[in-house]
Amino acid sequence: MPLTPVLTQRFGTEKPWLIENYEKLNGYAGLKKALTLQPDDLITMVKDSNLRGRGGAGFPTGLKWSFVAEPRGVERGQRYVVVNADEGEPGTCRDLPLMMNDPHSMIEGIIIACYAIRASQAFVYIRGEAIHAIRRVTAAVQQAKARGYLGTNILGTGFDCEIVVHGGAGAYICGEETALLDSLEGRRGQPRLKPPFPATNGLYDKPTTVNNVGTLASVPYIVLGGADWFKALGPEGSPGTSIYSLSGRVKNPGQYEAPMGTTLRELIDLAGGMSRGKEMKFFTPGGSSTPMLTPEHLDLPLDFDSVVKVGSMNGTSAVMIFDEDDCVVRATKKWVEFYKHESCGKCTPCREGTYWYVGIYERLENGTATIEDVETLLDLSDNILGRSFCALGDGATSPVTSSIKYFRDEYVRHVENHGCPYPGARVLAGAH
Amino acid sequence: MSEEQVFDAEPANFRTSVIQLDRPGDPSVFDVSTVADARAIIARYPEGGARSALLPMLHLVQSVQGQVSPDGIAFCADQLNITKAQVAAVATFYTMYKKNPTGDYLVSVCTNTLCGMLGGDDIYAALREHLGVAAGGETTGDGTVTLEHAECLAACDYAPVLTVNYEFFDNQTVESAKAITTELRNGAKPTPTRGAPLCTFKQIERQIAGFFDEQTAAPDAPSIGTPGLAGVKLAADRGESAPSYGEGA
Repeated sequence: MPLTPVLTQRFGTEKPWLIENYEKLNGYAGLKKALTLQPDDLITMVKDSNLRGRGGAGFPTGLKWSFVAEPRGVERGQRYVVVNADEGEPGTCRDLPLMMNDPHSMIEGIIIACYAIRASQAFVYIRGEAIHAIRRVTAAVQQAKARGYLGTNILGTGFDCEIVVHGGAGAYICGEETALLDSLEGRRGQPRLKPPFPATNGLYDKPTTVNNVGTLASVPYIVLGGADWFKALGPEGSPGTSIYSLSGRVKNPGQYEAPMGTTLRELIDLAGGMSRGKEMKFFTPGGSSTPMLTPEHLDLPLDFDSVVKVGSMNGTSAVMIFDEDDCVVRATKKWVEFYKHESCGKCTPCREGTYWYVGIYERLENGTATIEDVETLLDLSDNILGRSFCALGDGATSPVTSSIKYFRDEYVRHVENHGCPYPGARVLAGAH
Repeated sequence: MSEEQVFDAEPANFRTSVIQLDRPGDPSVFDVSTVADARAIIARYPEGGARSALLPMLHLVQSVQGQVSPDGIAFCADQLNITKAQVAAVATFYTMYKKNPTGDYLVSVCTNTLCGMLGGDDIYAALREHLGVAAGGETTGDGTVTLEHAECLAACDYAPVLTVNYEFFDNQTVESAKAITTELRNGAKPTPTRGAPLCTFKQIERQIAGFFDEQTAAPDAPSIGTPGLAGVKLAADRGESAPSYGEGA
């Protein structure tokens, strides 16, 4: 597969975060074109492009927009676009670089989205730790306003739009859209029961569309290139490009934008091969919440539909790559510690389940686990999966069940060896 | 059992540290400029949505006190006309609100799976020893550096990473991390790999609350490193690009 930089095309150019540089590289041309179209035609265009949400779930963006645009009787100001920029899924490192380098592409997408769904107010919820992204996006909003792309009567069309940049405060759960809305309303970030969905009862109980950074940044290109152009970039069902964020045991980790459906074998090749000359042992196709895959999946097209067929998910196309010297139990232990820390505590199966997960993984590492513990992990997983409000609990089970599925023998070796069989293994006291 | 005894039983609990029955918190310790800033935050949100200002406002009180104290809780409650219990419930939920005074520089080492296995665990352990601090966000005796371990900082392609007041120091080693903290303790300001020149923890909290000026907007600060450029560079080397826009465009 060839590399096809679309969203990353301005990376490495002269300060693309400054509006004058962004404009030189075709910036805000998409907005200018969009404002000549009818809002409904824009929604149809995005529907036709089959753009699917880049935040993990892959929900069709045009359809999402149409839900919010539906209630015609509702006044323009009474609905919202909210941008989920709370990137924090382990392995995922795509939205922050995009906002730090090319914030205007996302902002242009936001303005187009607001125009399409007839909103006049958007909020960008950026995770609090991402100060440099908050800084760049805040400056970009000010520049866009000074140029007349934001504010009142945008480019003389009579369309008004404002964007508020909102920094979070450190909670992975706020990447869940309803928890994000609660957090944005100044509450603890805990998920809401759905239905009602944000499309009808979102921010301040108003119709709201919550879109990911990469999703919105794709919109100006769709407007400029057309739905067919975008569709042709990727395979059937998974149109467009994907920014594969490669990390771990490869020579050149980084952001590689290629058509959706690129295989891991091709990605490792793009990244210069494995860093330690070892064989690839396991990888996540899209962050820690997507069940891990193994060398048998090296030639699997990494797109929305193909990955689901083998029991995982494309997620955020954050590909973490580990080699044969990496202990899968240690990796999983650190992931479940993350989920335990980040569980918001609302639902018992997730809150308690992740707590008991960690205890068992500690026993596996300190050598006191029994073979029954492995079965207990599976039993626990059965009691977490599908039994909580949101997907955090489900995500916590992914590394556990998938690692046992593919590497049960390694768990057994931890039990029989009374601790991690890998050289250099040690328990890191107090790190969690 | 008196109320005091109940609260003494759990000294490490953040909830009890920000809601203290014997110390209700004094909102008046914040001056007029902080009040003006709080009003400016509220003004960002639509009518009826004032409470949305709470998260940025808690960052604002941290920018004054270096922590969220009972005073900060009382201040936010006053400004938003909600109860202190409502504010405390929020303040205790999010990890960026600190219950203890934070040093001038908050050093966060990612120990999630990817960074941890590529060296982050070693870096965190080494810094604890190097700085002589206990686990769990402790501060050096001179008040310069607070060390914490962090969950994924969304920079896995630069692993292992640490941040100083949330600015990125990429591709760290035990030695480079030690050198950074030594510099910080000596009053120097090492340059982040990606992000603006370092300021203090209080100053960065003001930025997180959404207040930037010409200097803190740092238009010249680096935003990308080798991993971020890897794909576009390789594409250029190979002469590959996305197909140009089609007809109807």
